[in-house]
Amino acid sequence: MNLNLEYHRSPARYMAARTATGTIASGRASGWWAANMSPLRLVNRPDPRPPGPDWTRVKPLLSGICGSDLGLLTGRNSPYLSALVSMPFTPGHEVVGETLDDLPDLPRGSRVVLDPVLGCLPRQVEVCPGCAADEHSRCDHITSGAVSAGLQTGFCADTGGGWSRMLVAHASQLHRVPDALDDERALLVEPLACAVHSVRRISIPDGASVLVVGAGTVGLFTTLALREYTKAGPIYVIARYAHQRERAREMGATEVLSSDRAARALRRATGGFLARPERASEFLLGGTDIAFECTGGSGLDTALRVVRAGGTVLMSGMPNAGADLTPVWFRELNLVGAYASGGNDFPDALALAQSAPLTGYVDAIYPLSRWRDAIGHASAAGRLGSVKVAFDPTKDQ
Amino acid sequence: MDERTPALLMHEGEGFRLEKLPLGSRVIYPPESLPGLRDIDAQIRKALANPLGREPLHELLRPGMRLTIVFDDLSIPLPQMRTPDIRQRVIEHVLELAAAKGVDDVELIAGNALHRRMTPAELKRTVGERVYRSFFPRHLRNHDAEDKANLTVIGHTKHGEIVEINRRAAESDLIVYVNVSLTAMSGGPKSVSVGLASYRSLKHHHNVHTLRHSRSFNDPANSAMHHSYDRMAGLLGDSLKIFQIETTVNNDTFPTQLGFLNKREWEWSLKDQATYLAVKRANDLAPAKQRRQLWHKTASPYGVTSVTAGDPVQVHEVTMRHILRQQLTEVDGPSDIGIWGLPYICPYNVNSIMNPILVMSLGLGYFFNLYRNQPIVRPGGVAIYYHPVQNEFHPVHHPSYIDFFEEVLAETTDPVAIETKFEEQFATDPWYIHLYRNSYAYHGVHPLYMWYWGAHALEHLGDVIFVGGDRKTTSRMGFRSASTLNDALEMARERVGGSPTITYHHTPPLAMADVR
Ligand SMILES: [Zn+2]
Ligand SMILES: [Zn+2]
Repeated sequence: MNLNLEYHRSPARYMAARTATGTIASGRASGWWAANMSPLRLVNRPDPRPPGPDWTRVKPLLSGICGSDLGLLTGRNSPYLSALVSMPFTPGHEVVGETLDDLPDLPRGSRVVLDPVLGCLPRQVEVCPGCAADEHSRCDHITSGAVSAGLQTGFCADTGGGWSRMLVAHASQLHRVPDALDDERALLVEPLACAVHSVRRISIPDGASVLVVGAGTVGLFTTLALREYTKAGPIYVIARYAHQRERAREMGATEVLSSDRAARALRRATGGFLARPERASEFLLGGTDIAFECTGGSGLDTALRVVRAGGTVLMSGMPNAGADLTPVWFRELNLVGAYASGGNDFPDALALAQSAPLTGYVDAIYPLSRWRDAIGHASAAGRLGSVKVAFDPTKDQ
Repeated sequence: MDERTPALLMHEGEGFRLEKLPLGSRVIYPPESLPGLRDIDAQIRKALANPLGREPLHELLRPGMRLTIVFDDLSIPLPQMRTPDIRQRVIEHVLELAAAKGVDDVELIAGNALHRRMTPAELKRTVGERVYRSFFPRHLRNHDAEDKANLTVIGHTKHGEIVEINRRAAESDLIVYVNVSLTAMSGGPKSVSVGLASYRSLKHHHNVHTLRHSRSFNDPANSAMHHSYDRMAGLLGDSLKIFQIETTVNNDTFPTQLGFLNKREWEWSLKDQATYLAVKRANDLAPAKQRRQLWHKTASPYGVTSVTAGDPVQVHEVTMRHILRQQLTEVDGPSDIGIWGLPYICPYNVNSIMNPILVMSLGLGYFFNLYRNQPIVRPGGVAIYYHPVQNEFHPVHHPSYIDFFEEVLAETTDPVAIETKFEEQFATDPWYIHLYRNSYAYHGVHPLYMWYWGAHALEHLGDVIFVGGDRKTTSRMGFRSASTLNDALEMARERVGGSPTITYHHTPPLAMADVR
């Protein structure tokens, strides 16, 4: 039997969580609410069965809690995504684990990280154009094939997810972890791959000024990836908490700004005029060349307001807040999305995880049985000085 | 100060309090308020007809000439004068003479230098309804120090200082300057050379080096800043014809209903004491916004003590005598600690907000420099100020101040470092320039000037403590805050020892210390 943190569709709970966290989402108690209202339960289920050859069972060693997981638990995610999951499922797509079956080139007992996207290869269907181009994040077949609907492992009823003692994964989803890389760093490979992917989504001219909105995991890793894979000029990071400010600087930020004076500080740094609408936040005529939205929240609105005309806003965090799109029209902005990873992003992220100053990023590890504490901690990670909160499913007996 | 001395009044922003100072503390008051002139219009007529070192004004006027009347902007006097403003009275007389002589190319310009533009209502209040109606907006304007096409270089002083001023004034056959002098630092050589100048010209005297070598701003003979003004004014005098009209006011700063603020505490009648309590209570209870509006609407019933016209240099000597007669108080040597209560107003927040930078400049620039010979605090001594120092800025009037406070001061408070690294940026930022020219903003470089203003005090003092000051804003500026005077004195003792000498510089009304 497999101990599982299972997400089940419960319209009442979903609505309750949405209302509670919707009104106090940024309040002090939001973590508490998220933990108590979320449609999650700790249950024993039969072990998941590999749906075909080239699949293996995986024992998670560490499994992270991502912003998109929290959005799900607090009911803030868009209903759009509900068509892309199958119930009931076990969340957890940031996974470092150990394989339990032999695969070609991957003997059982290998330490692996999971690329959670469930594209055409794992689904054993005819390859779609996205997957054919080695961009499985753009797969069109995520509701069909050998496993039930689910954009990723962690949102699919058949594969299991990281928040359990066992899941199943397709060989194409697994990357072997070098011995030198400890579990905690390995856990960061998946979010790192997403960050690397996002900076590759657009061309960033040498010397371009870049704003990163948000200094949680996504924002910090985006800053790192910008420094590693581009020749961007100044990188400004909007951070809310002191530890984030320090980390952003370590990741290569030129200057760290607080959100309440981002527009003013960017105006001074990059030139331009500040405009002050009635009953809305100020915006720039001028600003940075590019902005990365890494909050999954109000950061998009900020980003759109401080990018120069003709500039680009890249959406990296899963969006779950509205934004005034007027600047996209008026300033002729390019609005670009970046979801998951593809191509060489994962191998490159594996390499980056070994060299980057990431010590201490995984600083809160909970057994599955303490899931309420874990969710609460992750919801308030910034305030509590944490970057990545994770489960260690091996700790439950 | 002995056992019988009553508690003393301290201004603290838009409030005030009574404070019992330690025994033996010394208090500097201004001399009794001088009587105001009785028939001011007659005095103005007399001054224009009998100028010093110039022909009478009516003889300088002729048809077809270009006449430019320049007047001091709303930064003086403080608080604003009850209407009719003395500037209005003088301007009306000048215009009448000009009309009688058939002069019709007349322009009026506010000498606001890098200060914000005066609003139409403020202009109207200063020059009066009649003048305003006849000249605004085309012929009654604010000087625009960033209007490159309408500036002109007069030349360079022998120290290499560039003198660049308003083109219309420079190309006039006659400039009539209408002044109000509140302190010994204004008027005279400063009027045209500063009031109508550009940043390019101003930076020669508004810089850290010059200000550190001005001991004090209110003692022109010992002020490097004034020496620079003199050199520039000398150059202007060679090529322009300036007819200067200067006026001084007495110390009747507060209207009757606040009469106790004009008096020494031991002269307070029972009625004054009762008024104090009533006003204090009402003021403390009023909502912040309303309280601010009320203070800024309060106009002073100043008496005019002199009107002098003619050659700028000769006129200014007379003006200085009148100012010093009203303000100069002899003090016997400096003390370990100086105490000042900072009021709600300074030259740059008329109808606006006293932001933390302005508090610094009022305390360490203006009040600290109300001395001759030496400061009232010994080198290494401690200044204690009363002010809440709230983190509050007027977004329209002081946009560059916000950035200066948030970014520059977060990095350094050293005036030289600030000048070196940031002055150019702030002075040439297109947005600040736009707001200065088209909105009602102080010039981008102005907050830096305000910081330089305190540079000499920063160097001289061992510590600066704000009683009642917001902890975060004061420490951002490199100062300390204390909740009570006793706490402040306790903190000061770390620096000046167990039994310090204390001087309380009681202002406003303004008193200038002649420290022997
Ligand atoms: Zn994720
Ligand atoms: Zn596909």
